[in-house]
Amino acid sequence: MTGRGARTIRVDTLARVEGEGSLYIKLVGERVGEVQLRIYEPPRFFEAFLRGRHFSEAPDITARICGICPIAYQMSAVHAIERALGVRIDPAVRLLRRLFYCGEWIESHTLHVYMLHAPDFLGYQDVIAMARDHRAVVEKALRLKKIGNRIVQLLGGREIHPISAAVGGFYKIPTKQQLRDLVDDLEWALEASLETVRWTAGLQFPNFEQDYEFVALRHSDEYAFNEGRLVSNRGLDIDAAEYEDHFVELQVKHSNALHSVVRGRGSYLVGPLARFNLNFDKLPEVARKAAVDAGLRPPVKNIFRSIVVRAVELVFACAEALRAIHEYEPPAAPRVEAPNRIGVGQAITEAPRGILYHRYALDDNGLIVTAKIVPPTSQNQKRIEDDLREYAAQLVVWPIEEATWKCEQEVRSYDPCISCATHFLRVVVEREDVKD
Amino acid sequence: MSSKSKHKPRIGVFKFASCDGCQLSLLDAEDELLGVAGAVDIAYFPEATRAMSKGPYDIGLVEGSITTYQDAQRIQEVRRQCKSLITIGACATAGGIQALRNWKDVDEFIRVVYATPQFISTLKLSTPIAQHVPVDFELRGCPINKYQLIEFITATLAGRKPNVPSYSVCIECKRRANVCIAVARGVPCLGPVTQAGCGALCPSYDRGCYGCYGPMETPNTASLTNQFRILGQTDSQVARAFRGFNAWAWQFRKASEECERT
Repeated sequence: MTGRGARTIRVDTLARVEGEGSLYIKLVGERVGEVQLRIYEPPRFFEAFLRGRHFSEAPDITARICGICPIAYQMSAVHAIERALGVRIDPAVRLLRRLFYCGEWIESHTLHVYMLHAPDFLGYQDVIAMARDHRAVVEKALRLKKIGNRIVQLLGGREIHPISAAVGGFYKIPTKQQLRDLVDDLEWALEASLETVRWTAGLQFPNFEQDYEFVALRHSDEYAFNEGRLVSNRGLDIDAAEYEDHFVELQVKHSNALHSVVRGRGSYLVGPLARFNLNFDKLPEVARKAAVDAGLRPPVKNIFRSIVVRAVELVFACAEALRAIHEYEPPAAPRVEAPNRIGVGQAITEAPRGILYHRYALDDNGLIVTAKIVPPTSQNQKRIEDDLREYAAQLVVWPIEEATWKCEQEVRSYDPCISCATHFLRVVVEREDVKD
Repeated sequence: MSSKSKHKPRIGVFKFASCDGCQLSLLDAEDELLGVAGAVDIAYFPEATRAMSKGPYDIGLVEGSITTYQDAQRIQEVRRQCKSLITIGACATAGGIQALRNWKDVDEFIRVVYATPQFISTLKLSTPIAQHVPVDFELRGCPINKYQLIEFITATLAGRKPNVPSYSVCIECKRRANVCIAVARGVPCLGPVTQAGCGALCPSYDRGCYGCYGPMETPNTASLTNQFRILGQTDSQVARAFRGFNAWAWQFRKASEECERT
């Protein structure tokens, strides 16, 4: 439909995202009408079937929420349960968990930067097509990704759904030599990440800045992974235990998807941009310098630039992994014993896509009574729609195909993980999109 | 498209209820990805490309279980479009972790997770693909082993049968010269009844196998249940052990239900 009638930006199957969703934006003349990021991925009810399972199974079960960021689920689960049980982990285990998370960040960020997002900037349908013209770039990306996976494999046994993370520590811990064997690869990865920052900084970015509330963990002397206060640029400063007092999920009519908002304010943004803007001072010198040289200074308010910020976080993750390896002394035992006891515990950790909240209530047999999980994508969902409402207004005069691709690129800037979000978003399961 | 020399097989990757991990295995095959992409035509793979070509496809890789009415219809269409249909992973092959709903009141599950239950449309059961359409080959695992996936694709291109073993995890443990953690340390381990494929990962990391690859050919679950009891496991613990990522595979299902009856 053309002329003064309504036009529609419509993507029935969003590509290069994890999980299944669709996009629907109605343009009425020069005005943006309805904007819907629809999720039709079927629900899987994790919170329900975690009940009655033993706490020791939670890291294995919740990992299955997401094949892309299973470590994030394992980390939020073990920290929440350790808090419920009053378990204190060995500092060496803490260090290994940081290293483990570095592996996932390297793997996940590389996947997103090069294989899911870069093709949009360069006008390719996918990374395979991109590889025909940019073979060396793609080969470098694959090697970088593989190095992230190597860390995960060593500490966790395998890349997807690793098996070694446990409440209290790990089932098995690596030797110093095994970690030292990663150093050469990681030194190469650090260089490759610095090149990634320069490469992504040279891409073309649409002029699109928004006034976001950024929400991320903040730690007194680290770029936060597993610990810290939850803060925002609008004065939020809370412990994980207070999360549910400050964030609420609102029902929206169009998609029947609950949108997470900061109580009394509205949508917010989690993920690389939020972390970078709130914790720039905690980045190691090498990452800060790479960012500044690439023209990035906080606050970065253009979501399209998140690809550069992800690259800066790659630099951080490689540098941090090297630091962890150099500091590592094996703990006395792979894990401390975790007793069965009644308790409630919450934890927030920084998944590659942003904060991931878990809460567990346990009974005296160590069985889970209730579980609550809020993944990053369900938190970003409302923000994505708010963005699209503004961004589509810039595109109303564009041919519909180009406008559609641009909107997809905007959504992919969030690296949405719909598989994660679905188990918690309130969804209508439907495959047919609405007709305009 | 029958000329063997020129025609690259067209591959489609289809997702149902799942975590995306099994299809990610293809992108995780960093050393093989570009080679595979050169040898086949990746015609439909939304996780990796926005170019989506219509069927028919020579090979359909199906991830995920059937949990909604719409998906039960969609798998019929996918089957019609695929000359050969392969399930990848525990969800597609056995119903996945979400099959835990199959022993519960799913309406109650919906009320636990969702504020407005009336908006949720879901089936009572999470079921494997083979319960809906004929399946030509199964790759086990939660997640699948990427090398088995590459082996499958390579074998198909070469026109031979893929070399995917159906013996138990115990054989892999022996090959790795692991000391048996069940015998030596009394750790409950599903290895004796679980199909190989992971490389005996969990026993190699000092923990019992939890059955990612589902039941091996002719597993003796009754004997293993007995062994678990000797190790001091209660019936509800044994039932939970069988009720994991392959809970709805009939041999594991039967074993867990027998524990509940005693």
